[in-house]
Amino acid sequence: MSELLILVLAVPLTAGATGVLLRHRRRLQRALAWVTLGGVVAISLLLVGATSDGSTLTVDVGGFPAGLAIVLGVDALSALLLTIGSTMTLVGVVFAAASGEDDHPLFLPLVLLLWSGVALAFVTADLFNLFVAFEVMLVASYVLLTLRGGGAQVRAGVLYVGTNLLASTAFLLGVGLVYGRLGTVNLAAVSTAVPDDPAALAGMGVLLVAVVAKASLVPLHGWLPRAYVHASPTVTAIFSALLTKAGVYVLYRLTSTFLHDVDGFLPAMLVVAAVTMVVGVLGAVGGGDMRGILTFHMVSQVGYLVLPLGVWTRGAVAAGLFYLLQYVAVKGALFLSAAAVVRSEGTDRLDRLGGLLRTRPWLGVAFLLPALALAGIPPTSGFLGKYLLIRTAFEAQAYVAGATAVGVSLLTLLSMIKIFNGAFWGDRPGADADGRAPTGTPVGTAARRVLVGMPLGIGVAALVLGPAAAPLLDVVGAAADALLDPTAYLTAVAR
Amino acid sequence: MSAAVIVGVLAAGGTYLILQRGIVRIALGFVLLGHAATTLLIAAGGVGTRAVPFAGAGADAADPLPQAFALTAIVIAFGITAFLLALAFRSRDVQGDDDLEDGR
Repeated sequence: MSELLILVLAVPLTAGATGVLLRHRRRLQRALAWVTLGGVVAISLLLVGATSDGSTLTVDVGGFPAGLAIVLGVDALSALLLTIGSTMTLVGVVFAAASGEDDHPLFLPLVLLLWSGVALAFVTADLFNLFVAFEVMLVASYVLLTLRGGGAQVRAGVLYVGTNLLASTAFLLGVGLVYGRLGTVNLAAVSTAVPDDPAALAGMGVLLVAVVAKASLVPLHGWLPRAYVHASPTVTAIFSALLTKAGVYVLYRLTSTFLHDVDGFLPAMLVVAAVTMVVGVLGAVGGGDMRGILTFHMVSQVGYLVLPLGVWTRGAVAAGLFYLLQYVAVKGALFLSAAAVVRSEGTDRLDRLGGLLRTRPWLGVAFLLPALALAGIPPTSGFLGKYLLIRTAFEAQAYVAGATAVGVSLLTLLSMIKIFNGAFWGDRPGADADGRAPTGTPVGTAARRVLVGMPLGIGVAALVLGPAAAPLLDVVGAAADALLDPTAYLTAVAR
Repeated sequence: MSAAVIVGVLAAGGTYLILQRGIVRIALGFVLLGHAATTLLIAAGGVGTRAVPFAGAGADAADPLPQAFALTAIVIAFGITAFLLALAFRSRDVQGDDDLEDGR
């Protein structure tokens, strides 16, 4: 069973390399990517089943002696993130086939490479391999972001590459400092030694700054909204499901293994979470196009995702994981509906759109359902997630952070209404000052059904998941138990 | 001590260069920062022990792990430098130079 976990990253990596060779055989390349990602989803679900009893599956890659072997470990948290991440990646590539974005011969190989980096980040139990995982996923994302190669992409690309490369360098320096002090970068050994060793803790702090930048927490968030809007629409959807979530995963993992023991970490996380929520949502309310608003919302939502790290009770962590799982799907659906608008209308600027509800009613519903879930309107899954997050924060006497989460929800709703008003209600404005009206490219009926059906399906799922959340709550509860008491995980990955 | 000085000088030079506007200068800044990180990794394994590890390793055998780390980091930095230079090249195609502020 534990050998399976190598497959979630080795097979996509191989398929990605093969996909480059198949760049002139487009149908074969597409079939390869879809089958690979479908297989990864299946294996991830198996891993969820195998780890739901709190056990950890491990494997020593290469069979090197203790201390040199690369240790991979999967517990319930890793398995859940592998499942939702691979599912959204599969949704993204199928959507890209309908929207025509996988026309570029390197699109599918790059997505597979991106996924293998993310999968490695989710399963590695070693700080240096975490650096390698981040690099693999970032290199793929650098190229995906700049694939269209216009002037705006180049400038956004330099900003994105520069910020992330600086963070990666800080990460590497942190790894070097920790290794110099402790002589190991295995997570189990590091977790035992670091809290009592101020010098190693300082090295860990350098590393943590890099993780915070990759998760795009305030004040290290500025790169995300400026860079993501310039990627092609489906690429933005895939990025939103994978990249910052890898940073959030590392924060959960490190908090679980030792950071919760470090004086002052929990209160600091509460402050960071609250400020991130507010700054992100204010940026979103001020946006003028669908993807601009949605990308700034990613910053705000990362604040919700790390709120449990400042509370650190079982209920809060379970609520955080539930929120994370449904949020990744809901946010993906919002980006996909924005991508469908861009594909058929030629723009997603709110001052150029209007009246879409009359011409494309189902597209309106496909945006509305996930938008309500993002804002947290009952009975959607987003409501349940936010309710649990806020209640557990109040129970732990984190009143200011909890109240901030309530207030930010209102502003989230406001910005969703702004999009709905601008794009779906009212009348479509005529030609702009230059005498040009944006026009999309014609979309075939089958492709249009996919473009609307995928976000619509996720929206309906979010609607159903709200009242029918009990089974998923059991699963995230088990994952939260394993995080609150990491002994089993640490014993399993210790070498 | 000498390793610390080298890391400091490289990091200072790299920081100066990545604050410039030209993409080529930014790329060179990241080359320097990458070297700083590599030097730190090697120093983290101890600079006193330099004999061959594994094969008949004695007490002064070098720590192989930081060397593997450094090698991996160098390869990654090399790839990303190439990508940054490709971006600079593309920028020259699109707007005539590699300056970040000029294009609108």
